[in-house]
Amino acid sequence: MTDKAALDSAITEWAGSLDDVKNLVSERALTGETMLLNMGPHHPSTHGVLRLLLELDGEEIITCLPDIGFLHTGIEKTIESKTYEKGVPCTDRMDYLSPMSNNAVFCMAIEKLADIDVPERAQVIRVICLELSRIASHLVWLGTHAIDLGAMSVFLYCFREREKILDMFEMISGQRMMGSYLRPGGVWRDLTADFLPALEVFLDDFMRRVDDYEKLLTANPLWVDRTQGIGVIEPDVALAWGLSGASLRGSGVNWDIRKAMPYSGYEQYDFNVPLGEHGDVFDRYYCRIRELRESHKILRQAVKRLPSAGGGFRTDNRKFAPPPRAELGQSMEAVIHHFKLWTEGFPAPDQEVYVAIESPRGEIGCYLHGTGGNKPRRVHFKTPSFMHIQAIPEMSRNHMIADLVAIVGSIDCVLGDCDR
Amino acid sequence: MVAIDPVKNPADVLKATLPGAVQDVVEFAGETTLVVDPKQIIPVMRVLRDTPGLIFNFMSDVSAVDYWEPGGVYDRPGRFAVSYHLYSMLYNVRLRVKVYLDEDEPEVETVCGIWPAANWLEREAMDLMGITFLNHPDPRRLLMPDDWNGHPHRRDTPLGYEIVQFSFNADEIMKHKPFVEE
Repeated sequence: MTDKAALDSAITEWAGSLDDVKNLVSERALTGETMLLNMGPHHPSTHGVLRLLLELDGEEIITCLPDIGFLHTGIEKTIESKTYEKGVPCTDRMDYLSPMSNNAVFCMAIEKLADIDVPERAQVIRVICLELSRIASHLVWLGTHAIDLGAMSVFLYCFREREKILDMFEMISGQRMMGSYLRPGGVWRDLTADFLPALEVFLDDFMRRVDDYEKLLTANPLWVDRTQGIGVIEPDVALAWGLSGASLRGSGVNWDIRKAMPYSGYEQYDFNVPLGEHGDVFDRYYCRIRELRESHKILRQAVKRLPSAGGGFRTDNRKFAPPPRAELGQSMEAVIHHFKLWTEGFPAPDQEVYVAIESPRGEIGCYLHGTGGNKPRRVHFKTPSFMHIQAIPEMSRNHMIADLVAIVGSIDCVLGDCDR
Repeated sequence: MVAIDPVKNPADVLKATLPGAVQDVVEFAGETTLVVDPKQIIPVMRVLRDTPGLIFNFMSDVSAVDYWEPGGVYDRPGRFAVSYHLYSMLYNVRLRVKVYLDEDEPEVETVCGIWPAANWLEREAMDLMGITFLNHPDPRRLLMPDDWNGHPHRRDTPLGYEIVQFSFNADEIMKHKPFVEE
């Protein structure tokens, strides 16, 4: 068989699966002039199970087609069959690096739909949890992003600090990661006695640690060479593709939902929104590094605010939050409320709400549609990773494969968050 | 920087420029929903994005809802609805635009040409809810495998169990079993 014939037969054999994408890759791929290459779903630098179908001219990327859905677990559908409060543990499993923000957006949607108010103390506890999980999530991002580009030690340092945060989550919720700590109307239980001392120790130490990371990366010429000018996305293009969070702010667009539409009392805290200029991998990296420092600032203020914040850790409205255990032995109403809440749940009107908060990755939105009964009709999560992965082709055009690894790392995608 | 004051009521602008496009305005919990005619979705979205004082330049979310209840009844203008969640970064305002689509041919024009971000959001609705977005640039399934039969987020798709059939409702249930092929 001649080479030409071998090539032809190889193309014909491939034609079945090429049919799907033949309008999406260039003509040259169909003749075999450029190469189609699968990156993933098991590639270590795709941060989960993301498949990228690349059309390559040498090492240059002509087209990049992301293929997602490998982690699709039907969480939205599952929540539809559960009462509102029982849906909260499902949301933990979406973005498994910051479960608290998923809890928060789902609980806030329920609170808006059913009109539940949250006491001030609960709001402050929520802010502490949200900022801690922002730090924890950024640490995983930083560690994995750095290891993708060859900086091994940063990874180990980041995970050392993250472990301390997970220990604190275990103190308050009983679980390191999937705590389901935030509940409609507040949080599951009050902060435990050992939590605040542990937080103090962590905060006293943490800024020095961030300085260490910066010493290893920001000033490192290898790191700068690999990241500056790579994956540039202009502000208007970033907006059109729906980027949010640090991926958008790296392009210089000043939009942080904590500032624009404050929730949980974020308007009372003093913090800055770090912005980039060039929209490249380095600016996105540097935005997140500075966000670590801002989160530290917010945590300090929240700890100071905690003693003066009024109200309990959860709403007193017994139609939405169960009574404390001690009341059950003394009050008939408490027993009835307890029983009703854990069997039937609470009703919410046949209306729709959309709530969005600033997760570590960007805007996470929850669209919640009630039925008038105890279960939702439809829950839909708009997740930042989903939108960011959609923009990878835009950022990676005409880059090398090695740069693609940097780009995928810089948008901080979590595939559980993307596929839900 | 803001030269033009934000428009208080986007529905008024739409009523003036596109008569008949806005079918209903719903206010709930501080959120505004404009129910619009699905046939006019493209002009409506263009007005919302480009009119000074509105400038909804950010596509937050596209969510599809199924109003089907057991027995095949629904008390809405259509079985399906698609909600577009828009955000104006300039004026810091959110708006929901909603279209009702009918059961037999749930189709609406794609808004990918207005916000590229809608591309995957619409593909997701297409995949999981079976809404057809006309003229979509890349109408492949997104999350489910290509050989999957049916659309899992529809309310008549069972969640891991099958509804028990009795003689009086066997046919009705059979109609909504997506995995049953003749």
